[in-house]
Amino acid sequence: MIDARGYSCPTPVVMVQKAVKDGGPSKLEVAVDNQCSVENVTRFARNAGYQVKVVDFEGDFKLLLSK
Amino acid sequence: MPKESFIKRYGLLIGTGLVVGAAAVLLTALGNPANMGFCIACFLRDIAGALNFQRAGFDAEVGTGIVQYIRPEIIGLVLGSTAIAFAKKEFRPKGGSSPMIRFIVAVFVMIGALVFLGCPLRMVIRIGGGDLNAVVGLVGFALGILLGIRFLKKGFSLRRAYQQSMAEGLIFPVLMVGLLVLLMVRPDFIIFSAKGPGSMAAPVLVALLVAVIVGILAQRSRLCMVGGIRDAVMFKDFRLISAFVAIIVAVLIGNLALSKFNLGFVDQPIAHSEATWNLMGMVLVGWGSVLLGGCPLRQLILAGEGNTDSAVTVTGYIVGAAVSHNFGLASSATGIGTGPVAIAVVVGFVVLAVISLMNMQKLEG
Repeated sequence: MIDARGYSCPTPVVMVQKAVKDGGPSKLEVAVDNQCSVENVTRFARNAGYQVKVVDFEGDFKLLLSK
Repeated sequence: MPKESFIKRYGLLIGTGLVVGAAAVLLTALGNPANMGFCIACFLRDIAGALNFQRAGFDAEVGTGIVQYIRPEIIGLVLGSTAIAFAKKEFRPKGGSSPMIRFIVAVFVMIGALVFLGCPLRMVIRIGGGDLNAVVGLVGFALGILLGIRFLKKGFSLRRAYQQSMAEGLIFPVLMVGLLVLLMVRPDFIIFSAKGPGSMAAPVLVALLVAVIVGILAQRSRLCMVGGIRDAVMFKDFRLISAFVAIIVAVLIGNLALSKFNLGFVDQPIAHSEATWNLMGMVLVGWGSVLLGGCPLRQLILAGEGNTDSAVTVTGYIVGAAVSHNFGLASSATGIGTGPVAIAVVVGFVVLAVISLMNMQKLEG
């Protein structure tokens, strides 16, 4: 899991960008702690061909990426 | 996965941009200084003046400087953000992501902004007014952002922020309420310029209301001048930059309608034509703002949401404004400041370079 909680913009997206480089894994979990990062990571992941599901994670958010 | 529709993708941001642009034209028509419907840097500088942290252009005859005023726009932007953040359950006190580094970077961002004479938002508003010096500033701003992106790509980060107490998160919005009280009561120890840009202002309640609306929209849309160019370059994401363009379009149309559009380099309001310094000032702003994760407007909005790192950043801007004016670093319509401007800008670049290099992380989650 990528734990991007606490990082300010655009670091969470940069972390996901790194992880999905060269095709990337078919499944990936990303934890973030604010709505803005949820939106940014979701948008980036969709553009990279992933489906995104957002679930609650210890009061924060976990994004389940799959393709 | 259905493709996101154009309206869903760009609607809120373009709408926000148009409202911000229209609001800027309106506030200027109602009394704000020219091409300064909104300017986060200028307005924080004016607040620093009102609190007597600087009294630039002090005139013994009238007893005040020229840029001293508690700008209700700042208060409204923050409180609009706070209100909507609470309503949407997005008010989350957090901080601790390298606060002192943020403070120092913010000081230099403000110094750069006052060399140019405006924050990124005013830069865009100046472009919409036909001020070509601001186009030079935009080139510098973009160069600064590109510099910052190089470090972001190599893993630059100011580390994690952590959850904090409600009291910690509320301090900044409460300070804004305090400023609002001071603005309404106008006690003797708060200084309001009797002449100069600080004496030019839209009516308090109108400015406050307009700013609250803009604050709400900016919080919802995550509007950010730095993010626009950054996301376009890094992620081929053109959402934020669409708002950037929308602001220019709205201001342009507004100025044309009111016959205030004036294309050129010379005789632009509260601006100078020293290209090198317009450029260099905005390089500093662009680079520093990428390191901070957002433009001055965005920092105000985040501070309103309980982000205390952004609150520290805004405090840095205010100190930077006082430093700029007390040491003759801030420009004026006649040109750059009479103090050691070149030294300050070069020191700023060195500081940003050292901070950029010393905060490379391995971002493995």
